[in-house]
Amino acid sequence: MDTGTGEQHPFLVRVCSLVALATGVRVQNLKEFREGLVRAPQSSIYHHFWGRLLMRQFDEPEYNNDFAAWASHGLHEKGLAERLSAINPTEFTDLEELRQELVEVVEMRLDETEMVPWAKADQQFQFIRSQIVVLDTGREICRPEDLTRVVPKMSNESIFYHFIDARRRTPDRVDDFSGWLIWMGEEYKETIERLKAIDPYFSSLKELREIISQLFNEFFGNRET
Amino acid sequence: MDNSKILESYARVAGEDVMEHLKQLAAHLRGLKVVHVNSTREGGGVAEILRKLIPLKRALGLDTHWEVITGGQEFYQCTKSFHNALQGDRVMVSDTLLQAYEDTNAANAERLKPVLQDADVVFIHDPQPAPLIHFFPKRKGSWLWRCHIATNRPYRPIWKYLRNWVTRYDASIFSLPEFAQPLPHPQYLVPPSIDPLSDKNIALPAKEVAAVFEQFKLDPVKPLILQVSRFDRFKDPLGVVEAYRLAKNMVPLQLVLAGGGASDDPEGEIVLNEVRLAAKDDPDIHILLLPPDAHRTINALQRAADLVLQKSTREGFGLTVTEAMWKGKPVIGGDTGGIRLQVVNHHTGFLVSTPEGAALRIRYLLHHRDKLAKMGRTAKAFVKEYFLITRHLKEYLALTIILRMGGPDRIEVGM
Repeated sequence: MDTGTGEQHPFLVRVCSLVALATGVRVQNLKEFREGLVRAPQSSIYHHFWGRLLMRQFDEPEYNNDFAAWASHGLHEKGLAERLSAINPTEFTDLEELRQELVEVVEMRLDETEMVPWAKADQQFQFIRSQIVVLDTGREICRPEDLTRVVPKMSNESIFYHFIDARRRTPDRVDDFSGWLIWMGEEYKETIERLKAIDPYFSSLKELREIISQLFNEFFGNRET
Repeated sequence: MDNSKILESYARVAGEDVMEHLKQLAAHLRGLKVVHVNSTREGGGVAEILRKLIPLKRALGLDTHWEVITGGQEFYQCTKSFHNALQGDRVMVSDTLLQAYEDTNAANAERLKPVLQDADVVFIHDPQPAPLIHFFPKRKGSWLWRCHIATNRPYRPIWKYLRNWVTRYDASIFSLPEFAQPLPHPQYLVPPSIDPLSDKNIALPAKEVAAVFEQFKLDPVKPLILQVSRFDRFKDPLGVVEAYRLAKNMVPLQLVLAGGGASDDPEGEIVLNEVRLAAKDDPDIHILLLPPDAHRTINALQRAADLVLQKSTREGFGLTVTEAMWKGKPVIGGDTGGIRLQVVNHHTGFLVSTPEGAALRIRYLLHHRDKLAKMGRTAKAFVKEYFLITRHLKEYLALTIILRMGGPDRIEVGM
């Protein structure tokens, strides 16, 4: 990154751990779900969109957030699940805005239906929140071409931090690789566009690491030839 | 085993990157004195986890201690009732037993004072030592209550009593969100795990796996399905026998039901007799009553099976599911509790609600051998990622850092 002194910052490789916590908010029908969405802490909205990707997440998720998955599997509301799954969390400036959108979508469904959909007692939705611990690994990348060497060795937690968590934490809502390369010159513009085009919600972190590594390999490999 | 060898052995199974992450977390906890307290060194899931967790923590350079509280017959009678009540049994506990429980904790608190008073982090496991905190009003560190029991439907009068002790902790840890209870402090969620290097899960020589066929007079050619569980109604062994019968009408098959032997549990005896009755004299149904330390035998049976069932109608987490998946076996499991976290339909196995559903999936998997093998591989990879002891430890270390730093939602360390 540009420090304003003509000097460029290295890319610092970080790693994070997430720990989940119960919020005490559990719901069993669509009305309660709406109330839950209003009451749940912001960190719970974060968890069910982003944190889930680092927690126990199966490789081939059907939906891109836990709310949609529950609407489908708990309430058997496929249409609602599709609408909830269409929400792209990076389009919202903050978690409050994202929460409002979720509430809107659920209210729309409540307006449409005469019966309130219920889940079985043992399929309640449990609002979970998470806390995140970020550590510096001590590793750094000074030249963009070194990404080809370092990214394939990154842990799932590093990929999560730099590629997914970054989209919420950075002002431009971009992953850290793009955020760094943008300062390294015009030549990386296409790579940045390709990075932005990767949908992070339907791949496991392992797969994302492979996709990103391949992208860097193609770009830097072609440059060498 | 020395520290570097311990770390190397786990790195071989869990991966270098996982161990690297653990070292990075541990580096920020150096110098802290951490103490775990439970009620037994041998037997039971908690001791099994601690026996591996403590050396691993020490190998990572953490000053970790393991203390055990001791008590008399009345104390254990009381805590066994607590255990059953937390799982939902309507159990009455007399005042005499409660007094023995509190007195035992008072005596142990006195004995453990030198270790616990100045500890930086104290993990108290399960209800047995829960009142210890009361005897340390001037404690130095953070105290956590770790509940390993499935407390989704606790018997309220007993929980109300235990809650009085638990509320005094700085935080508690439950295995699943369904188990968490209203408490005035943070409730962390850390699912259980298996140790890939224990006798129950370690890789076995092919000869040792093959030996179970002879030992239990199993047919080495016929497909083998297995359920490992106590003879408990919630594990639905009768449903397993029915599923086997339905599937056997279409495919050759043998069934092993492996569980503990006769115990002081009268309900277990009744269920076992019912299973024997249901099995009649079918030579392809093998009911095995194994001793509690038959870990390698269970391991070999799980490896010898073509697929594994856990057809529970109610389940806490279901570590037998994790164990089977770790051995590359798809699991046909009841659609309940922690089994849902592990069995992903069409990927790591199938969730079923009836014996008919289980029979259908048994036939499907035995017919599509390629799919059975692929699902087994996926199941193993899933366990490697999320249900090994290394992940368990990672979450303990992370939450220790969070507690030490005051607990905001995002903590950046060493930056």
